[in-house]
Amino acid sequence: MGNRYTWKTSIVEILAILVGLVFLVPFYYVFSNSLKSFAEILTNTSALPKVLIFDNYVNAFEKLDFLLVFKNSLIITIASNIVLVIFCSMAAYMLVRTKRKISNIIFMTFVAAMIIPFQSIMIPLIKTAGNLGILNSIWGLVFMYLGFGSGMTIFLYHGFIKGIPLELEEAAIIDGCSRFGVFWRIVFPLLKPITVTIVILNSLWIWNDFLLPSLVLQDPELRTIPLATFFFFGQYTKQWDLALAALVIGIIPLLIFFFTMQKHIIQGITSGSIK
Amino acid sequence: MNNESKLDTVKRTVITTQKNTKVTASVSFMNKKKWKDAGLFALFVGPVLLAFTVIVLIPFFTGIYYAFTDWNGITGTVKWVGLDNFKYLFSEDKQFQQSFMLTTKYTVVSIILTNIIGFGLALLVAQKLKTRNLLRTVFFMPNLIGGLILGFIWQFIFVKGFASIGELTGIPLFELAWLGDANTAFWGIVIVSLWQGAGYIMIIYIAALQNVPQELIEAARIDGANRFQILRHITMPLVAPAVTICLFLTTASSFKVFDANLSLTNGGPFKSTEMLALNIYTEAFVNNRYGIGEAKALIFFLVVAAITVLQVTISKKREVES
Repeated sequence: MGNRYTWKTSIVEILAILVGLVFLVPFYYVFSNSLKSFAEILTNTSALPKVLIFDNYVNAFEKLDFLLVFKNSLIITIASNIVLVIFCSMAAYMLVRTKRKISNIIFMTFVAAMIIPFQSIMIPLIKTAGNLGILNSIWGLVFMYLGFGSGMTIFLYHGFIKGIPLELEEAAIIDGCSRFGVFWRIVFPLLKPITVTIVILNSLWIWNDFLLPSLVLQDPELRTIPLATFFFFGQYTKQWDLALAALVIGIIPLLIFFFTMQKHIIQGITSGSIK
Repeated sequence: MNNESKLDTVKRTVITTQKNTKVTASVSFMNKKKWKDAGLFALFVGPVLLAFTVIVLIPFFTGIYYAFTDWNGITGTVKWVGLDNFKYLFSEDKQFQQSFMLTTKYTVVSIILTNIIGFGLALLVAQKLKTRNLLRTVFFMPNLIGGLILGFIWQFIFVKGFASIGELTGIPLFELAWLGDANTAFWGIVIVSLWQGAGYIMIIYIAALQNVPQELIEAARIDGANRFQILRHITMPLVAPAVTICLFLTTASSFKVFDANLSLTNGGPFKSTEMLALNIYTEAFVNNRYGIGEAKALIFFLVVAAITVLQVTISKKREVES
C-alpha cells in the first residue's frame, strides 16, 4: 500500500529535487567560477565558464603551499586521533572496571567539563601553554586536542564498555593474562564500533578546527588547511579567481573522506548525538 | 583513657597472634595487590587525566580568577579588581551588550529555522523517493565543511552570486548589498548556519522517524487519516524526544558561533554583527584586555552551562516518563 509510487509521491520527489538543487547552488557558484578568469567572474558570474582555466588551481595550490598544509592537517588529525583513542579507551575501561568513588569523581569531572566552551578557556590556556613551551608546535597542539577531546571520547567509551560482560575478562585473567593484555587483546577489539564513531567525530572536528590552531601555531610552516585558507583570503581579498580555487582545494579532502566513509559518518553522527 | 589503652593492647595482641599464623603472607599480598591496582589505575587513567588537567581544568579555574583582575597579558602585575569588570560590562560596554542581544536573537532564529528545515528535509527524504539516498547526501554535505570555509564560500555568494542573480532575474532581494548592511548581514550568517546545520539535524530526525512503527501509520491510514493528520497525531508525538535533542544541539552550537561569523562578516559592518564568541576573542587578542575578556568568557560559560543543565534535566525527565 504505502510502497506504491503514486503521482503524489512524484510531486514530492520533484519538490525534493528542487530543494536539493538549492542546496547545491553555492557549490555550483564556487566550483564553476573557480575555473574562470578574473574578468569572466566579474561579468559572467552565473553562467558556466566559457573557457576552462586551470591556472587558478595551479596558482592557488602553490600559494597555499597546499602539500605542506595538507600534510600538517593530516599529521595533526591522525596523531590526535591516535592519542585520543589509546588513552581515552584505557582510561574509560579502568574507570568502568574500578568500582570506587574516585572513578566516579574522575568520570563526572570529564563529563561536566564537556560543557565548558572553548572561549572560556582559551585566554589562560595560551598563557599556560606558553609557560610550558608547547606553543608553536604540532605536538603541543596534539596534546591540547587530547585534553579537549577527552571529555566526549571518554564519555562515549564509558557508555559502551559498561555494556561489555565481565566474564570474558575474568576467563582471560584466570588463564594468566595481565590487565594490560586483557585490555588490548580482549576488550579493545570489542570497542571497534564505538571507536569508528569516535574517530569520525573527532576527525571532522579537528580537521575543520580553526580557532585553537590559529592561537597555537604562529609559524607559517605549521599552518593547517583552515589556517592557510584564512590567511590566503586575507592576503588575496577580492581576488576571487585564486580564492575560489583555494576553497575548492580545501574542500576536496573532506569530500573524498565523506564519500569513502559515508555510511560510517552518518551512523557515527546519529549515535554520537543521541548519547 | 585507661580502658581504651587496655583495649588497644588487647587488639594488638590479637593482631600479633594472628600475624604469627598464616595471615602475614596474605596481608602483605593484599597490600601488594592494592599497590599494583593503584599503579595500573594510574597507568590507565593518568596520561589523559594529565592532559585534561593541564589543558582544561587549570586554565578554566585560573580563568575564573582572572575575570576578577585587570590582567592585560603584557605587564607582569595582576591586580584584583573585584566585580569591576562585570560592572563595566553591564554599564559601559555597549558593544558587549549588543553582542549579547544579537547572539540571543541569532540563537532563537537559528534554532527555530534549523529545526523546521531539518525536520522538513527528514520528512521529504523519509518518503519513498527514487532519489532519497542522493538527496540525503546533498543535504548533509555542507555539514562536513568547517564554518570558516563555509563563511568564505558564502561571502562570494552574497557579494558576487547574489548580484548576478539579481541582475538576471530583477528580484530586489538579490540586488541588496547583503553584507554591507547590519540587518541583511545578520540574516546572511543565519543562512550560512541553516545551510550547514539543517542536514545534521535532518540525520537525527531521520533516525527518529525510522523508529516510528509503520503499523501505526498504516492503521491510521486505514482509519481514514490524511497525511497531515498522521504527521500531527502520530509522527510528531513519537519523535518528540529527538526534537528535544535537536533543540539543545542547535542552541549550544548557535550560541557558540564563531568561525562563520569571522569569515563571513568579521563582525562588520561596523561591528554590528559581532557575536559573543567573536567579541570575547577581539577583547582578549586584539584589545589585549584579558581580564575583561575573561569576565565575558565567564558569563558566556554560565549561559552555556545553564542551557546544558536544562537540557540534561529535561531529557532525564523524559526518560523517566517514557
